[in-house]
Amino acid sequence: MSQTRLCEAKTSFVLIEKRMRTWDECPVNIAYEGSIMENTNIIELKHVTKSFSDGFTAVEDFNLEVRRGEFVTFLGPSGCGKTTTLRMIAGFELPTSGEILLNGKSITNLPPYERPINTVFQRYALFPHMNIYENIAFGLKQKKTPKDVIEHKVKKVLSLVDLEGFEERNVATLSGGQQQRIAIARALVNEPEILLLDEPLGALDLKMRKEMQIELKDMHDKLGITFIYVTHDQEEALTMSDKIVVMSEGHIQQIGTPEDIYNEPKNAFVADFIGESNIFSGIMTGKLKARFCGGEFVCVDDVAEGTHITAVVRPEDVELTKPEDGIIQGVVTSVIFKGIHYEIAVQSGRNEMMVQSVNAAKVGERVGMRLDPENIHIMIAEDHTNTFPVDINRDYRLEYNGKLLHASLTKLIKGGKRLEDGTLVDGNGEAIDLNRTRVLASIQPGDIEMTDNQEEGLIQGNISNLIYQGDHYLYVIHTELEQDFVVYDEDLWNMEDRVGLIMPVEKMTFSLKK
Amino acid sequence: MHFKFTRKSLCIPYAVYLVLFVVAPLLVLIYYAFTNGSGQFTLANFTGFFTDPNALGTLFYSFAVAVVTTMVCLLLAYPIACILAFSRLKAKSAVVMLFVLPMWINFSLRITALKEILNVLEGNLAMYPFFNAVIGMTYDFLPFMILPIYTTVSRLDGALREAAMDLGANEVQTFLRVTLPLSVPGIMSGISMVFLPAMTNYVVLDMLYNSTYIMGSLIGSYFAAYNWNGGSMIALILLGIICLFTLLTDGGEEKTSRGGALL
Repeated sequence: MSQTRLCEAKTSFVLIEKRMRTWDECPVNIAYEGSIMENTNIIELKHVTKSFSDGFTAVEDFNLEVRRGEFVTFLGPSGCGKTTTLRMIAGFELPTSGEILLNGKSITNLPPYERPINTVFQRYALFPHMNIYENIAFGLKQKKTPKDVIEHKVKKVLSLVDLEGFEERNVATLSGGQQQRIAIARALVNEPEILLLDEPLGALDLKMRKEMQIELKDMHDKLGITFIYVTHDQEEALTMSDKIVVMSEGHIQQIGTPEDIYNEPKNAFVADFIGESNIFSGIMTGKLKARFCGGEFVCVDDVAEGTHITAVVRPEDVELTKPEDGIIQGVVTSVIFKGIHYEIAVQSGRNEMMVQSVNAAKVGERVGMRLDPENIHIMIAEDHTNTFPVDINRDYRLEYNGKLLHASLTKLIKGGKRLEDGTLVDGNGEAIDLNRTRVLASIQPGDIEMTDNQEEGLIQGNISNLIYQGDHYLYVIHTELEQDFVVYDEDLWNMEDRVGLIMPVEKMTFSLKK
Repeated sequence: MHFKFTRKSLCIPYAVYLVLFVVAPLLVLIYYAFTNGSGQFTLANFTGFFTDPNALGTLFYSFAVAVVTTMVCLLLAYPIACILAFSRLKAKSAVVMLFVLPMWINFSLRITALKEILNVLEGNLAMYPFFNAVIGMTYDFLPFMILPIYTTVSRLDGALREAAMDLGANEVQTFLRVTLPLSVPGIMSGISMVFLPAMTNYVVLDMLYNSTYIMGSLIGSYFAAYNWNGGSMIALILLGIICLFTLLTDGGEEKTSRGGALL
């Protein structure tokens, strides 16, 4: 990873230098003057919830503090509530409950025009019936600023965004990048306490976007205004932010610096969303020992034995070795050249590991894989629920370990039904693609029964761990399918005993993953 | 002769129609306008119209009816169009349809119904000719004002109004500085859809037993009295006025239009 980033850093450095010169020639003092209040929270959101009239809750119990001068990014997939949160700060939406404080005073119910906050809109929202000067002067005219002051400020802000002499131009004659700069200028000229940016670079092409990222970051450093930035682009967030707020389905998943978010993701969602990662579910098999992806690895996170875990491994941290030197082995299934590195997929048993390596590998080659303990990020799974993938057979029935489960897939799919030709369709009438649909089954450790009569069980395995937990024992059963099951049992069994696991279908819950 | 069918050939039916029923009558109209009863060239019809106080009076009266009708339509239609366009109603198009629905009912039936209602309200229709003329025409032309304005306003990017509010404009200022100027193309289109017919559509008035005399009625009466030359000249003058008006509104539209309007 470091190579890519290094390259970008170099480019940005050169660009910053270039821009600094332009700025020195025409000094700008739009910077916020109240720097005495530095290191205080400029805006606070307290238990903010937003539900819409159709019952959809876009944001739930959102708590955030932003320090003066910070560059904060709301990051998440579309529909995660990041834009709604931004719109509540701007005043376009009112929270259903909760409070928004600006400098300690509530602005929760203030209309947008009474807030010292300005927004850069996603598709610019420049007024088409006004020229550039009138667009930028709009906010100042609203404040009854004297004409000569307006002229002076417009001129200054236009030089800030590198578009001197554009005053008389028509909005329609500007390119996307230029319109974006005007939108930024129109907001900045009002000297807002907070600048909100709603995916401002989304409509620009890649090259333009990279340039604007650097320029925006630059402006932020220069002006000292607090920026709140919304994006779904994780790279953009990592490049620009002081603080990232990762959101999913209306909830904050993690708040932290880009480094924190990348290196220490709090949960599987963040790990998956930020950067490329291999995510495995596994189990702790001893002190600083975790089993996942078919191997036992030494790790640095001290998690109690027998705990279900999620292990995150970054592709750039996997070391390819000779088969005999690896902790786990696998077969290379694809190799893609990415310019600086190769992206290599390795199939190891039932698991797939993505690897980034500067050395090429051959498809079909057998390799070993090693991981440094500090490069394995262990997260505790929510509870001891055993979750495992089950198969869907040709007849749309669920199977595990080659045995039929008496559960209907049709019932799992909302509004699902079988057509006459046998294909399964969902509520929208779309056919279910079996290759892309995965079904996960969950069962509680107390609902599994161990038996000596191995054939009676849904699956067989060996007891690999045994922990006494006061009134019962916790057993870890390691199966041939590389799945570890946690089972509670009051009786004492021996280590390495081979047992069958009886798992009643009615105690299982199923979930669909597309 | 060898005839080769090309795409251009598809224009022939329309061209024939155009020549027969539009160009030829127009030429005949011009011929009559500039000749007298015995077929000699004269400008007497032209000067006659502008020296006849009754004819000029009718022109100004028609103008007044059209202006008032257009104003009333605009005042009624603009708020409705805006409310519809900004509402979060799911069945928005169905509500818009409700406003257009009267257009689907036979015209003479509608006016007859209106006449009965006015009869009940006023007792004697002859008492308020100007008022009734405006009521009748507004009733007839209102949908033509609502639709283009609605289309223009509903196509406005909502972010523009939010941007104005964000920059410190309250609701009224946002309306005056953003929504209103950007809906001008729709307003212009609505005005030309209402103003021109309101100048000439005397059938509405006839059906209301209205004594009001507008340009359309004037032309009708000339032809009824077999004064084809005079009637043609008035029709030609009206055509000129309409052309002038259209040019003026088009010029205005070019400046402001972005997105334009339906109809």
